[in-house]
Amino acid sequence: MKVEAKMLLFLGLFFGAMCAVYWNWSLENAGGVMMFAGMLLCFLPGSYYYWWSRRMKERPEDNPNATQAEGAGVIDTFPGSSIFPFVLGMGAFFTVLALVFGVWLLVPGLALAGWAFLGGIGEGRRGGTH
Amino acid sequence: MTDVLAPTPTQHHDDHHGDEHHGPTGIVKWLTTTDHKIIGLSYTVTSVLMLVIGGFFAEIIRLQLSSPNGSLVSLAQYNELFTMHGSVMIYLFVGPFAFGALANIIVPIQIGAPDMAFPRLNALSYWLYLTGSITMLSGFFTSGGAANFGWVGYAPLSNSLNTPGAGADLWIGGLLLTGFSAIFTGVNLTATIFYLRAPGMTMFRMPIFTWNLLVTGILILLAFPVLTAGLIMLYCDRHFGTHIFSNTGGGVPVLWQHIFWFWGHPEVYILALPMFGMVTEVIAVFSKKPVFGYKGMIFATLTIAALSLGVWAHHMFTTGVVLLPFFSIMSLLIAVPTGIKMFNWIGTMWRGQIWFSTAMLMSLGFLFTFLIGGLTGIYLASPPLDFFTHDTYFVVAHFHSVVMALVLGAMAGLFYWGPKITGYILDERLGKAQFWFLFLGSQVFTFPQYLLGLYGMSRRMAVYPEQPQWQHLNELSTLGALMIGVSTILFVINIGYSWKKYPAGDNPWDAQTLEWFTTSPPPHHNFYRLPQIRSERPTWDYNHPEHRSLEHGTDHVVGAETEAHA
Repeated sequence: MKVEAKMLLFLGLFFGAMCAVYWNWSLENAGGVMMFAGMLLCFLPGSYYYWWSRRMKERPEDNPNATQAEGAGVIDTFPGSSIFPFVLGMGAFFTVLALVFGVWLLVPGLALAGWAFLGGIGEGRRGGTH
Repeated sequence: MTDVLAPTPTQHHDDHHGDEHHGPTGIVKWLTTTDHKIIGLSYTVTSVLMLVIGGFFAEIIRLQLSSPNGSLVSLAQYNELFTMHGSVMIYLFVGPFAFGALANIIVPIQIGAPDMAFPRLNALSYWLYLTGSITMLSGFFTSGGAANFGWVGYAPLSNSLNTPGAGADLWIGGLLLTGFSAIFTGVNLTATIFYLRAPGMTMFRMPIFTWNLLVTGILILLAFPVLTAGLIMLYCDRHFGTHIFSNTGGGVPVLWQHIFWFWGHPEVYILALPMFGMVTEVIAVFSKKPVFGYKGMIFATLTIAALSLGVWAHHMFTTGVVLLPFFSIMSLLIAVPTGIKMFNWIGTMWRGQIWFSTAMLMSLGFLFTFLIGGLTGIYLASPPLDFFTHDTYFVVAHFHSVVMALVLGAMAGLFYWGPKITGYILDERLGKAQFWFLFLGSQVFTFPQYLLGLYGMSRRMAVYPEQPQWQHLNELSTLGALMIGVSTILFVINIGYSWKKYPAGDNPWDAQTLEWFTTSPPPHHNFYRLPQIRSERPTWDYNHPEHRSLEHGTDHVVGAETEAHA
């Protein structure tokens, strides 16, 4: 976790320095704001990972001498097949078409999205068909 | 629900004979899948289809330009064609191919993961990409035609006064969908690489391809939200009466250029870094050597990412309102890490046993073509030269050299990983014919355009003055475009010809990274067993214990201390 954290923090520091130079030199706001936001976007996960990396036990994937057996056991739960990504995608599709062809398309768009939200939550960690 | 057990060295093929995955089949399987391999394959097929569609537009454009007063299409149709050619190629082919297609399939396998971190989000990414593509292309079927303001959609040309009609709105809507698709893929890639690596797969043992996709994922998260926000502002300007990008209400048209290129230049690296990764893997494998300067390669990638956020306004030098020295220096600096990469690719081949397979030839073609595109990019980073060549065919030729290099890199990736994905090798003779058409076609296509740009031919014109040298150069460029078209047809023929013909086996190239340790195609959740990971090329170390990798910076053979147990 330490490498991941340091990488993001380094990128954030670089963007911060670049932002300071650019903003003071150019006096142009749009780019300065975007670089500043870029810095924050790196610091947010970077500092979180750094905070955790100092507290958590070393993970097998961070240990250069780990054996495969150390990773044995349930490592995660992966959902089975699910229709709801497709339903949500279609909901987004109709919602975007509503931007072009008329507000009435929001009806199927939001209905599909709502179905996907409810169905996806209901499905939860249980996953889909198996 | 499937609880995934991490494989242990004691598990063998025999424990899991046959495919234990019993799910839906046919179209229901395609609609409901959350398997990264099937989603990645859908991405691959869709994006290659987009390459064919965008290439078809390109051929029409080039045929129109093969004579000064071409009458193949009307001026209005020409505007639609160059807009949609650029949009389809950048938004719908290169981008999704780079971070959605092969990355989706290969990255989890390269790090020993059972799937992407968020499989359902991954599926949603694909559906948003597919519907976004349909949305954007459906502009052709509206009465006003497709978007026609260029793929950059500059304000105020893109406002409702200058470009009314549904085509432009469908362009914006399609980009909103594909933009969210890209952001979700960025989240997925980053989370997968941070959290789902196999034991022993430390960050500095990940293959270069995976490293590049990690950096790509971070760049997506930095860049794409800016574009999506800009598109929403553009839509509000067009329909809700805001004046963000128009002078009349106190807005700033050039703000659109800032927002667009703040996404647009990192986007160039979002497209390029995955192809860099593919080429790195291919060159190492077909030279039978580890990657030269592995850590240097990673730091070069990170440096490119860091600098890429500070170069956007080199697209805007001629607006007269940007800080020229800052953007010139930053753009020139980015040549340094790219040069390091070039050096490392050559170093990887140096004294290797080079096998000139199709994938390797495509990679060498990539090096050559990308070098031309990169070097002309250094010219363009210099404001005096940019003032002279801005919006001429010199710029067109520059970025077409770059993207044709990316197409060569993409083909290298398809020929290299195709056997892993499908279980069958593509025909090498047809592949080599495709390479020569694609490679030579790219040069014949771009080189006359550099000269045309220096003679002053500006981009986006459907007719041009009758000057003999202009016409001959344009004819030559059209010939190159037709050669590229032939190469694409050869690729499609090759897929049909080699269909289930040459079984690949697990590791046809004697490759180095983890994806070649599992079966072709990999089983559900990817691995029956994993080797000990002691270097960045675990499969090589397993298959060639007498030639195992050395620890970085030492002459110790990796895994010596655990030899007794391994």
